[in-house]
Amino acid sequence: MIIGKVSGAMHSTINHTFYDERKTLVVDKLNPDGSLTGDYLIAIDTVGAGAGETVLVIDEGNSARQIVKEDNAPIRSIIIGIIDEVYVKI
Amino acid sequence: MKLGKVFGTVTLSIVYKGLENVPMVLVQPLDKNQEPKGSPIVAADSTRMAGPGELIYYESSREAALALDPWFVPVDDAVIGIVDDVHLLKNEVAE
Repeated sequence: MIIGKVSGAMHSTINHTFYDERKTLVVDKLNPDGSLTGDYLIAIDTVGAGAGETVLVIDEGNSARQIVKEDNAPIRSIIIGIIDEVYVKI
Repeated sequence: MKLGKVFGTVTLSIVYKGLENVPMVLVQPLDKNQEPKGSPIVAADSTRMAGPGELIYYESSREAALALDPWFVPVDDAVIGIVDDVHLLKNEVAE
């Protein structure tokens, strides 16, 4: 799973039917210390995350399909939690 | 999923079975601020409506194969949808 920071939302009307009434957010990937890794991904939101929040993202198809309970859904990135605190022991 | 910009199409006459009527488009992968990043790819267009110049988002590997109808045809990348707009926190990038 990946630590990420929601940096905004993406809207689309013409898309695969699975994404019709789903919220798609743009998430920057973070290092454990909170710095940006430079990479990003677009993920489905399941916990009501908003822009600016630090979130936990699953980036693997089988788990994502398990969450949305659809075997043939073309989904891989899904936000499953909002992170309150990351403690790093240096 | 990542953002991409369609900048061409690829027409195939002889192709692996199952991919006969799958439209293929040329996509330039973009970063979140819609700047080109990485080398162009050929993606199968599951919306069948993405034309050159349009901002799209695409998925790769197994999810790309699942996005197509009939699904599980052998494709590596697939256009999932056409982007209306992207609103980001710092710099407001609107289409």
